[in-house]
Amino acid sequence: MSEPTKAPPAAAGRAATKKELPEHFKAYKHVWVFIEQERGQVHPVSWELMGAGRKLADKLKVDLAAVVIGPPGEAVQHAAAESFCYGADLAYIVADGVLTDYRNEAYTKALTDVVNTFKPEILLLGATTLGRDLAGSVATTLLTGLTADCTELDVDADGSLAATRPTFGGSLLCTIYTLNYRPQMATVRPRVMPMPDRVEKPASRIIEHKLGLVEEDIVTKVLSFIPDRDSAKSNLAYADIVVAGGLGLGSPENFQLVKGLAAVLGADFGCSRPLVQKGWVTSDRQIGQTGKTIRPKLYIAAGISGAIQHRVGVEGADLIVAINTDKNAPIFDFAHVGIVTDAIRLLPALTEAFRARLSPHSRDRIAS
Amino acid sequence: MHIVVCIKQVPDSAQIRVHPVTNTIMRQGVPTIINPYDLFALEAALQLRDKFGGEVTVLTMGPPSAEDSLRRALTYGADRAVLLTDRFFAGADTLATTYALATAIRKVSETFGAPDIVFTGKQTIDGDTAQVGPGIAKRLGLLQLTYVAKIREVDPVARTIEAERRSEGGVQVLKTKLPCLVTMLEATNEIRRGAMADALRAARAQIVTWSAKDAGVEDISKCGLKGSPTIVKRVFAPSARAEKATMVDFSSRAPADALIEELFKRQPKLEAELTTSAHGF
Repeated sequence: MSEPTKAPPAAAGRAATKKELPEHFKAYKHVWVFIEQERGQVHPVSWELMGAGRKLADKLKVDLAAVVIGPPGEAVQHAAAESFCYGADLAYIVADGVLTDYRNEAYTKALTDVVNTFKPEILLLGATTLGRDLAGSVATTLLTGLTADCTELDVDADGSLAATRPTFGGSLLCTIYTLNYRPQMATVRPRVMPMPDRVEKPASRIIEHKLGLVEEDIVTKVLSFIPDRDSAKSNLAYADIVVAGGLGLGSPENFQLVKGLAAVLGADFGCSRPLVQKGWVTSDRQIGQTGKTIRPKLYIAAGISGAIQHRVGVEGADLIVAINTDKNAPIFDFAHVGIVTDAIRLLPALTEAFRARLSPHSRDRIAS
Repeated sequence: MHIVVCIKQVPDSAQIRVHPVTNTIMRQGVPTIINPYDLFALEAALQLRDKFGGEVTVLTMGPPSAEDSLRRALTYGADRAVLLTDRFFAGADTLATTYALATAIRKVSETFGAPDIVFTGKQTIDGDTAQVGPGIAKRLGLLQLTYVAKIREVDPVARTIEAERRSEGGVQVLKTKLPCLVTMLEATNEIRRGAMADALRAARAQIVTWSAKDAGVEDISKCGLKGSPTIVKRVFAPSARAEKATMVDFSSRAPADALIEELFKRQPKLEAELTTSAHGF
């Protein structure tokens, strides 16, 4: 018997627990974005967060600052300088040789120290493997709230950070506040926020902060780094066209139909969460809140019902096409173009039709 | 070697449904499972115990019914199960959860011996935050290895561990000292089928059950909803897009062509882009 259980109510009661911000937190101002860079490369999620951070800072009428942590040298300086082109008013740099590779101990100390010294009101990090490892440690050290994998960030009338994320395994959305603690921390996955335009701007206020650690203080050693082979890299998050399959495909063999269409379109391919859980497709191909967030020009979803966990991962696509047998599937609530049919029947025809349309000579080649 | 594995009993998210009219969660009758990522952590722990000897203690915080998951963990071969259950823990966010779990791990340490490794899954499938592992590590002052794809070597004499950690664009090979906390990635090992003897033992096993007080929680205000800095203010269903999807008629003679026609009508630039970029082989 499944009766609907009321989801936690709008919690007027809980919201009403808001107290006056404790005195020692009143000095916390400004919005910060942690600029993630490894081996000299800034992760694009950092610039996406700068776009989101700029909006929050403007609403709060405070500064937006970038925080760059890494080894001394060109890469860190360049990352800090770039942050101004993506909207920073100032940048903090912690540069030290022990920060060459990411290690939790050193990075946690670096970020915690600058927070305690310069006191931001809001601190945003990318929900990458590095960002989540770091954010969890920093929030616990600072004993403050941290909201993971937000899909929307805003400030309410009182100036509190309103962080929205899916909840209940991705069936609903919830808005989370950190009212009486500072900083208010949140992580956001790559591609959830749009990439802001880069505007050439000179670097102005850069504040360097000393780390105060020596290599002997750090227990963990990096023995090596094994980069992924190019073939193993999935560029799904940044692909222009993506074709994905879901449970509606019925069997792992039918997933080939998705790959076939993707090949003809020069697209990348992905899947919804259940296919990963069933072991049909590897997890680096999962699209959705707990997989990759994508923002392609064209997204074709075959046999995917469109639970919110999937929806938040694809909402940024310019054109969403849904193929599903169930005309009431939630995916038709957010797709731009839909067709009610069995993807197993339509995909081969669609592949063939695209092939014919895009490459007029292909039929001759196949025939010969 | 003493290994503690933190597990969570979660609703089988694949089976949760939202009521179509009221937009509320239909949780009743949804079966519970051990968080799937935690099983990879449990298996990693069992493999180390099998190699070096010692004991595996599984720990969970949850309602009394979470005992089911602990018994299931015992059937896989865990040696001991501890249930941390108290109404004071209800409504905990990740910070409050790590306070309770870290306190309980200290108690486990006093009662059954200090752990060499604390394992968790990389994240849970209901909260999906991946924050609890790092939080426990920080609270206990343990070194942490997150997103571990492979444990290469553990040396119980030299007190070191070498592991491959998934990071952006590659794998970081790290070496650190025990004790430490490890969060395991999915698909890192083949989860064993429990032996019959373990199933029988699990059915009869005494689950160690601790309240907040039993576990040594000193400040109850750091637990549960009270101890949670984050506050859920609003839960809602996403609204449908104002503009409904344009539906292509499948009964037409060539639905695939009709679909393509509709796409190119909406995105005129797409056809040109596709023609130059697509592999029309």
